[in-house]
Amino acid sequence: MTKRDWQSLTLSAVLLAVAACLPLTGDAYMLSIGITIAMYAVLATSWALFSGPTHYISLATAAFFGLGTYTTAIGIENGMNYWLTLPIAAILGAVLAALVGFATLRLSGVYFVIFTLGLAELVRQVVTWGQNVSGQKGLYVLTDITEVHIYWQLVALAGIVYLTGWAIGRSRLGFALRIIGDDEEVARHSGINTSRAKILLFMVSGATAAVVGSMLAPRYIYIEPALAFSPMLSFLVVIMALLGGTGRLWGPLVGVIPFTLLFETISASFPNQTTLLLGLSFLVIVYLLPRGFVGLIESGKRRLRDREAFA
Amino acid sequence: MTTGPTVLSLRGATKRFGGLVAVNDMDFDVTEHEVLGLIGPNGSGKSTTLNLISGALKPTEGTISLRGTPISHLSAADIARRGIARTFQLVRLLPSMTVLENVRAGAVFGHRRRWGAEADAHALRMLALVGLDRRANAHVGELTYIDTKRVELARVLASEPKVLLLDEWLAGLNPTELEEGITLIKRLRDEGRTIILVEHVMDAIRSLCDRCVVMSTGLKIAEGTPEQVLSDPEVIRAYLGDDDA
Repeated sequence: MTKRDWQSLTLSAVLLAVAACLPLTGDAYMLSIGITIAMYAVLATSWALFSGPTHYISLATAAFFGLGTYTTAIGIENGMNYWLTLPIAAILGAVLAALVGFATLRLSGVYFVIFTLGLAELVRQVVTWGQNVSGQKGLYVLTDITEVHIYWQLVALAGIVYLTGWAIGRSRLGFALRIIGDDEEVARHSGINTSRAKILLFMVSGATAAVVGSMLAPRYIYIEPALAFSPMLSFLVVIMALLGGTGRLWGPLVGVIPFTLLFETISASFPNQTTLLLGLSFLVIVYLLPRGFVGLIESGKRRLRDREAFA
Repeated sequence: MTTGPTVLSLRGATKRFGGLVAVNDMDFDVTEHEVLGLIGPNGSGKSTTLNLISGALKPTEGTISLRGTPISHLSAADIARRGIARTFQLVRLLPSMTVLENVRAGAVFGHRRRWGAEADAHALRMLALVGLDRRANAHVGELTYIDTKRVELARVLASEPKVLLLDEWLAGLNPTELEEGITLIKRLRDEGRTIILVEHVMDAIRSLCDRCVVMSTGLKIAEGTPEQVLSDPEVIRAYLGDDDA
């Protein structure tokens, strides 16, 4: 580990500690936005762990998220301890990701995108059907977990995700994924088992999204398929990650914070035009920031360096 | 001259694409430290043969073995790990990475696997070997054509392959670059590497190859030293047509 590694680790730990102090302000509205930001930060970062280097755009986040939500809801309904449902959700998320990976990672480009979107819808329909058969519309998740607890759990999970992403970035697996993202043919002919590398990372990403779903279940109190498996969630995660930029581990976070605030403002001020304005802001993002904030910052840095070189 | 042990052998290797037989019943051996030229007119199946060896394609029939072990059923990744590394007819580099990182890809995942400072040092040695160590931190987009070819060669060399497959590595170079290219491959040959060379440049074939296999319409039509095969009437007929034979 170099000195710079220690510096960035320390800085990240300090930032996380500061973030963990948010509930001390005692402002319920701030806390509620904080939970949303922390939730999307974890989802977008874990999404980018897989999709950033490989350029495989997954729209299956809602499938994993919903799987986690339902795991916790069903577990609690059957008298299971809440804390036990988190690792179970992680395992189920990883298993689902592995199955999807085996079936689809041979597909590339738009076929993979469509399959993942279809998968999320399929899982939602199956759960809806299951509930119709059992005669329930949804499930109650009654716990004594408060908003503050949920927030702290999410911040802790964010810490784990950043640490995992940082470790993967320095590992052979991370290097293999960058090579795969650049040229899969070269990756194969260099001796990389491309399917295994992609599936492993997709599992990390799926397990994380499932745990986020679990943690959010007590907040919803009452869950139903349309809420837990909302396709909107998958799209928002992709948009936020791309707005931030997927080239750096901290990239998605830079997208999540402004986008969540923008989303809050839009839905509070123009409740009837939310989707329209959201679409417009997405167009603006794609046109003006094709490589996200990370790209903007890095080209700014490069311009500054070039100017110094010529001066 | 070809006294070393057999490293790679093809027995009845055949590749059909529907009705087209691209490679028809190929038999040949490559011995250790040998440079074998795979030559023939355009469309004769040379690149397909190379693709069969590297695992990019699976043979329809026949077997390919590396030191006596069949490898034709393995994936390209497994074949690379066992020690067969290739360059591509159209250079393939990793565009988001620096020159050094490109070469490190070979050092980290190839036949002999390295990591960390050891992989970097090894990659730098390979860059020095191809004469590109001063551009280690350049971005691959800034390179000239021959330098991109050098990076690809260094990446392949970094995996320490037992057999090196060069698919028209000298194609598209200008006369000065061609001279540099031939010198470079000659140096690899002098180091005792085992190389299969698909090539059109006759000067290169004459000065580099110990032995040549000549292909035409998927079949092997001649085998021998460059002088022997290039004066073979059937080879001349395949290249130039009946009138000149």
